[in-house]
Amino acid sequence: MLKNRSIVSIDDVSQSELEDIFKKADEMSEHLKQGKPLKILDGKIMATFFYEPSTRTRLSFESSMNRLGGSVISVSEAKSSSVAKGETLADTVRMAEGYSDIIVIRHPMEGAAKLAARFSSKPIINAGDGSGQHPTQTIMDLYTIRKELGGINGKTITMVGDLRYGRTVHSLLLALTNYDVKVNLISPEILKIPDHIISRLPKDFNVNVSADFDNALEETDVLYVTRIQKERFTDQNEYLSVIGSYSITPETVEKMKEKSIIMHPLPRIDEISPDVDTSPNAAYFRQASNGVPVRMALISMILG
Amino acid sequence: MEQTLKISKIKDGTVIDHIAAGKALKVLSILKIDEKSNNYSVSIGIRVPSSKMSYKDVIKIENRNLEKFEVDKISLIAPDASISIVKDYEVTQKYTVELPARIVGIVKCHNANCITNVKEPVSSEFTLVSKKPLVIRCNFCERNMSEREILGSL
Repeated sequence: MLKNRSIVSIDDVSQSELEDIFKKADEMSEHLKQGKPLKILDGKIMATFFYEPSTRTRLSFESSMNRLGGSVISVSEAKSSSVAKGETLADTVRMAEGYSDIIVIRHPMEGAAKLAARFSSKPIINAGDGSGQHPTQTIMDLYTIRKELGGINGKTITMVGDLRYGRTVHSLLLALTNYDVKVNLISPEILKIPDHIISRLPKDFNVNVSADFDNALEETDVLYVTRIQKERFTDQNEYLSVIGSYSITPETVEKMKEKSIIMHPLPRIDEISPDVDTSPNAAYFRQASNGVPVRMALISMILG
Repeated sequence: MEQTLKISKIKDGTVIDHIAAGKALKVLSILKIDEKSNNYSVSIGIRVPSSKMSYKDVIKIENRNLEKFEVDKISLIAPDASISIVKDYEVTQKYTVELPARIVGIVKCHNANCITNVKEPVSSEFTLVSKKPLVIRCNFCERNMSEREILGSL
C-alpha cells in the first residue's frame, strides 16, 4: 500500500503497486473527461519546493492536487529564499511538514529527496533530484506506453539524445528492467549513458548500448527522445552537427513501424521537428497530459 | 606463522595480519599513523610470504587499540585482514574483519553532486553491493563506488 509513503526512487514502487496506480490513473482520466469535480482530498495541503526551474512537473502536481479537491502552498523561488539564508534542506523540510500533508521537492543535487524523506514525517515526492531520479515522470512514461500500445512487455524501446544527464532516461531505463523489453541506446559520445547506470542493469537485460539509429528505428515500438542541451557542448559546431544527426523529422517517422510512438519528456527544442506534431505517432503531448491523471492517482493513494 | 616471526613480537597492542600485499601503508594512513605518531612503535612486514595468500602484509602496533570505525575502514581495503589483541605477549582476542552491510560515516560519496557532500545534518551512508569486486552504493544518490574510488575517499 502506498498510504503515507514517500516516493523518492522508482524502486520505492513495486510492480503490483504500479499496476494499481495505472488502474487508478485510468479512473482519474475518466473523471477528468466528465469534468466532475472531486473532493477526495478536501482540506489536505500540498507544499511544493522547486529549487530548480520547472514548468510541466510543477503545473502538473499543482493541477493534480487542485483537481482532487486539495490545495497547494508553494515557494515561488525556493532557491533564493531559504538557501540564501543558509538553511539546510533538512530544516526546511522539518518546517514544511508542520504546514502541509505532503511535500513535493525538486532539487539540483542527487539524493536531496531521500534526505528530505529522512527528516519528514509527512510523505515526500521526488520531482527530480539533479541527474538522479524523477519517479513520477517514469510512472507517467510507463503509463503512456501501456495506454498507447496496450502493454509494455515485448516492446522495443529506443532512447535517443542526452542519455548522460537526462534523469528521465535513467529512471525509465531502471524501471524497464522489470519488464520483458529490448532497449536501444543512441547518443553522441559525450552524452553516453553513464557507467553507474549501466552497472545497475541486470546481466540478462536486453540492452544495446551502441545501437545504430537507422537499424534501431525499424524495430522500435517506442522512440523516447530527450533534449540535447546546447550548454553541454563547448564547441557550438559540434552541437549543431549532433542536433543534425539526431533530430526527428517526418522522414524519420516514415522509417518507423506504423503503430510505433514517439515520446519526449518536453520541453523539446530542435530534437523533434514541428512537422512531426500532426503525425499519429507523435505521442509527446498525450504523454504530457497523462501527467495529471497519473499524479492524481499517486497523490490520492498516498493521502487517501 | 614462522614467516611473521621476522617481525619481533609485541608486548601490548594490536596485530593486523593477512592484509592484502601492498596495502599496509594504506592501512597505516587510515589509522593516521605517520611520522608524528610518537606514542607507539610500529613494525610493518610488506610482501611477507604466506601459505594462505601467497604474499601478505602485516602490521604490529605497540600500545594501540582500534576503534570500530577504524576496523570497518580496514575491512574496505583489506577484507581478509585478521586482528589480534595482544596483552603481555599473549593473544587475548583474535577476529577477522567483516565488511559491514551498511557503511556509515567512513567513506565520502564520490559523487560531488550528492546531497551528503554539502552542509546537511547526515552522515554518508552506503550499502554493500558486492564483496569481490568491492562495490558499495550510496543510500542517498544511489551511485555505485568501486574499490579504486573508495580508496581515494577514505
